[in-house]
Amino acid sequence: MVRIIAFLAGLFFAGALLYTVLLGAYSFITEPPAPTAEKWVHARFPEKELHLASDGPFGTFDNTQQLQRGFQVYTEVCSNCHSLKYVAFRDLKALGYNDDEVKAIAAKYKVPAFDPNTGEVKSNTGVAADHFPPVVYGGQGNPPDLSLITKARHGGAIYVHSLLTGFQPQPAELLKQFPEATTPTGLYFNPYFANLNIAMPPPLTADGQVSYKDGTVATKDQMAQDVSAFLVWTAEPKLGKRHQTGWAVELFLLFATVLGYMAYQNVWRDKKH
Amino acid sequence: MSFPWANVYKPSHPFMQWMDEKLPLPRLVYNSLGAGYPVPRNLNYFWNFGVLAGVCLMIQILTGVILAMHYSVNADSAFASTEHIMRDVNWGWMLRYAHANGASAFFVVVYIHIFRGFFYGSYKAPREMIWLLGVTIFLLMMATAFMGYVLPWGQMSFWGTQVITGLFSAIPLVGDALHQWLLGGFAPDNAALNRFFSLHFLLPFVILGVVILHVWSLHIPGSSNPTGVDVKTESDTVPFHPYYTAKDGFGLGVFLLFYCGLLFFAPNALGHPDNYIPANPLQTPAHIVPEWYFWPYYAILRAFTQNILFIPAKLMGVLAMFSSILIWFFLPWLDRSPVRSGHFRPTFRKFYWVLLVDVAVLGWCGGAPAEEPYVMISQVAAIYYFLHFLVILPVVSSIERPDPLPFSITEAVLGKDDAAALGAAA
Ligand code: HEC
Ligand code: HEM
Repeated sequence: MVRIIAFLAGLFFAGALLYTVLLGAYSFITEPPAPTAEKWVHARFPEKELHLASDGPFGTFDNTQQLQRGFQVYTEVCSNCHSLKYVAFRDLKALGYNDDEVKAIAAKYKVPAFDPNTGEVKSNTGVAADHFPPVVYGGQGNPPDLSLITKARHGGAIYVHSLLTGFQPQPAELLKQFPEATTPTGLYFNPYFANLNIAMPPPLTADGQVSYKDGTVATKDQMAQDVSAFLVWTAEPKLGKRHQTGWAVELFLLFATVLGYMAYQNVWRDKKH
Repeated sequence: MSFPWANVYKPSHPFMQWMDEKLPLPRLVYNSLGAGYPVPRNLNYFWNFGVLAGVCLMIQILTGVILAMHYSVNADSAFASTEHIMRDVNWGWMLRYAHANGASAFFVVVYIHIFRGFFYGSYKAPREMIWLLGVTIFLLMMATAFMGYVLPWGQMSFWGTQVITGLFSAIPLVGDALHQWLLGGFAPDNAALNRFFSLHFLLPFVILGVVILHVWSLHIPGSSNPTGVDVKTESDTVPFHPYYTAKDGFGLGVFLLFYCGLLFFAPNALGHPDNYIPANPLQTPAHIVPEWYFWPYYAILRAFTQNILFIPAKLMGVLAMFSSILIWFFLPWLDRSPVRSGHFRPTFRKFYWVLLVDVAVLGWCGGAPAEEPYVMISQVAAIYYFLHFLVILPVVSSIERPDPLPFSITEAVLGKDDAAALGAAA
């Protein structure tokens, strides 16, 4: 009885699916899915190459010069609109700043503080233990917090670098094929952005927009690379330690596994199996 | 139970003798994992995966209990508390990655364990109960993993909860009430997060309990083996210790090499980037997808896109998705061939590989966006999936002519060698 019910139920599912797939195939053939502007653009703009010291299984944050430059780009440009709330000022020591420098950086920020006695929200001068404060933004769109951005997008730093250097006029061919894809006013065309039109105004507009203390020439591409490198660090400050630990663990395990294999062979040596 | 030739526990130290009289725990261990448990001598590496699954469960419980000490169960602070674990807790990043990738590793191991069972007919008499308990464990694992994924309260946590609990609203009449009751509200929020945390903490221990039953019922007939031929004499078996403790130790090393490779060098490879965006009820992600281990079932769920008569597509999808696993409960009675091992079943063996590919295709479609051609492919694959269990297996098992079986495990092991020796002498 149970077997017959199970059998009939299964056949019902299979039948329902068969009907659905035939219907689907019919409409797929009669009206194939239309190409979209997004697919057209994404196929023509593969993400740009980017190589960072944090890449690969040996990656570290040893290139503190680049990270400091990236931090400078963040502070002077991005921080007007984007917060960095999961990062504490004290964390910046990992970029090679000493205690006094960290204190000085923190002191430039006003950090909101809730006074439990009066119920007031005041703002205090930042100290090393504080996190980067929220940022008030009045323009169009919602600038996301950047702390985790390289983990929160496919492609990570490569995506951020491509996005920052990707602002450009819409290709004429695109508008010819998809006239309705014209960028609306207030948005900016960027082929790397998921829906092609981003609310962020191009943040890096001119070479030399920041002046690097280490003498590196601040081209637009250089600034984009540096800030992307910095955002890899903000997303996972422990990445270098993770790789280092990983190698130690793997070496130990390799050793233990070889020993384990020898023990296994030894135990089984006169048992055919 | 055991075979008559099993070694008998004889404690020599007076303390162990005293212990054996009061609480024969060492005897239990000796008889279940020690020299007192005879095991077929011809097990291959696929028999390592039960022990590996046990190790995974231990890893999950250990890392999970410590994570829970630092995690904050509140919709406003859950996401920030996971970042606190990643950044400020000593070795917190390692714990969290170990737990998240531990779930993936657990599913890899259990999938291999299950497909080992499919191939070698491990579910057949006298091991039906082991199998039924195994499927129960698998369902519990799925529930646990789903609820764990909700805890960091990222975008996928939130929208995954929305989609999965929303499935219950497909049930006629009581669906909407049930949905709200499950969530403790109209949408996932604090109430849902708190109950999911509570259950996510509880269920691994329930799993542990069912694993104990699983292994207990395994020890009654003892392990099957790659030939599927029953144990007959002492020469067919070796004592679990030291033979299989040594082999499992080596297998554990290899497993940990892979697992730690994932954990330390690609810890986010199997996750979705959207879960690093805090939950936002006002912004639906472009594609809502579950974790990879749910993809085949997700594909079956989404394969139903047409209402049939008065039955809504969603309801059929939900029923089909649950049936796709519940059907495993009936496997011992759907496959009626008396031969266990796929090695001696030429027709069954071909369909086994087709099923494996079919499930992989379903998985691939389940991870892809709900667009053509993926939907059509998943529909065809889902049809095949049900036909495999309900039609192909019963039919094949009644018409197939199995290859001749070896007389015994010993013959299967030594026979080949003797033949080779004869060949060399000639
Ligand atoms: C004038 C304000 C402004 C400045 C300055 C600015 N951004 Fe943005 N940014 C935005 C807004 C608004 C969005 C949201 C865009 C949207 O969702 O359409 C955004 C979005 C982003 C995104 C996310 C894109 C996505 O995939 O969703 C990234 C990454 C980003 N900005 C990086 C930066 C970096 C790096 C800088 C500094 C070099 C920077 N932004 C400077 C306003 C700004
Ligand atoms: C927490 C998860 C699980 C643990 C810890 C576990 C543990 C074990 C162990 C230690 C063994 C003996 C060694 C071996 O044969 O590999 C075993 C055997 C077995 N398990 Fe599991 N198991 C789990 C899940 C499952 C699931 C999900 C299924 C099936 C749906 C299953 C089905 C079986 C069967 C049929 C056997 C007997 C195999 C044979 O003797 O041929 N197990 N299990």
